Amino acid sequence: MNDFTTWDVFRNLLAAVPWTIYLSLIAFAGGAVVSLLLLSLRFAFPRVAGTPVRLYVQLFQGTPLLMQLFLVYFGLALMGVQTTPLFAASLCLSVYSSAYLTETWYGCVLAVPKGQWEASSSLGLKHWQQMLLIVLPQALRLSVPPTVGLMVQIVKNTSLASIVGFVELTRASQIIANATFEPFLAYGAVAFIYFVICFSISLCGRHLEKRIRI
Amino acid sequence: MSNLAPSAALAPALPVSASSGAAIELVGVNKWYGEFHVLKDINLRVHRGERIVICGPSGSGKSTMIRCINRLEEHQQGSIIVDGIELTNDLKRIDEIRREVGMCFQHFNLFPHLTILENLTLAPIWVRKMPKKDADELAMHFLRKVKIPEQANKYPGQLSGGQQQRVAIARALCMKPKIMLFDEPTSALDPEMVKEVLETMVSLAEEGMTMLCVTHEMGFARQVANRVIFMDAGQIIEMNEPEAFFSNPQHERTKLFLSQILGH
Repeated sequence: MNDFTTWDVFRNLLAAVPWTIYLSLIAFAGGAVVSLLLLSLRFAFPRVAGTPVRLYVQLFQGTPLLMQLFLVYFGLALMGVQTTPLFAASLCLSVYSSAYLTETWYGCVLAVPKGQWEASSSLGLKHWQQMLLIVLPQALRLSVPPTVGLMVQIVKNTSLASIVGFVELTRASQIIANATFEPFLAYGAVAFIYFVICFSISLCGRHLEKRIRI
Repeated sequence: MSNLAPSAALAPALPVSASSGAAIELVGVNKWYGEFHVLKDINLRVHRGERIVICGPSGSGKSTMIRCINRLEEHQQGSIIVDGIELTNDLKRIDEIRREVGMCFQHFNLFPHLTILENLTLAPIWVRKMPKKDADELAMHFLRKVKIPEQANKYPGQLSGGQQQRVAIARALCMKPKIMLFDEPTSALDPEMVKEVLETMVSLAEEGMTMLCVTHEMGFARQVANRVIFMDAGQIIEMNEPEAFFSNPQHERTKLFLSQILGH
């Protein structure tokens, strides 16, 4: 049954690439929405929302994504709530990336020099105007390199979705390795594909950084 | 005019009409940073059109004092009245005062993501609700005044330090302030750029702007100041007209300070 050529291996792996990309996009978009919400709360009501947001971030940064996946997929099933692998993976990856994005973007806002706040205060701008016109545009520029780094992490972390049976790149490579008895080829190929995706993201990021340099 | 003790009444020997009143009045102002008593019982009355230079060793509270005037710092005791409005925690009043008080910083603090023109028009458009076209005209007027209209479409990072500070002055002037505060405006500049900034400030002084200036440029103090204030350890130690201040300082600390900065 040695009918699998190297091309067959790649072809089957490439068929799973879209799922890895979809999952990454869902995780990033979901994470971004949640963290923007959390950041708005944190900046608008620093006293009330500061601690809960910090706790949220600490909780999800401080526990392995794998455990979160187990808890959501198998844990919920035990409680009688049936979820799909896609739902469980999307939820966990979104929450996970939202924790990191919140912390990163919060840092970017704080990294805008104090003098920028003072200068815009002295001109009589209101707090929301300072935030919108002066601080956020500069924080956005500062946030590009760490955000690109996080996107790369998210892509690699989608591989954990294979554990709950979601067929993305890693799961596909396991299946192919089992069928071909050529684990080195299958896993080597999949590592290479991950690298190509992540490297492309980094390149785009670097390009973006150059374009918006102040 | 004779030398004054720290908290004496401070009537300046200035031809100021009684009706014009004080532009700024500080009465018994105290401020602490935690345990550290940074401003000790400051009394100061600045008349309209008056130009005051404040000097003193670092950590003496001179920057803190002028930063209290537009509420970049909060004072804990005493009262500060700017243009007839007393500074309290009322945000509306703070905004009102900030609209009338321009400020220049040691490190310019231009907005790096905006062009020079946008730096200048931002506050007129958003705070004064001025139409963009009028704001552009106003900005170009002040850029010509500080002699760099050709830089309007560049970004702050492309300008020299002296040019950036002149832009910062123009940016403050675009709000048509009644009072200008300068916090060591030339301290971060290369020596050859100090002159161009001082010239801009001198021409501003000649137009009758009320100015409070923290600086160690004693030539500037001699040329434009109505009064020179010496601060040390959070107190106003000595205040006098420039001639008397420099030729006949009363306090030992003032003498020591002057000998150190004029000595070389």
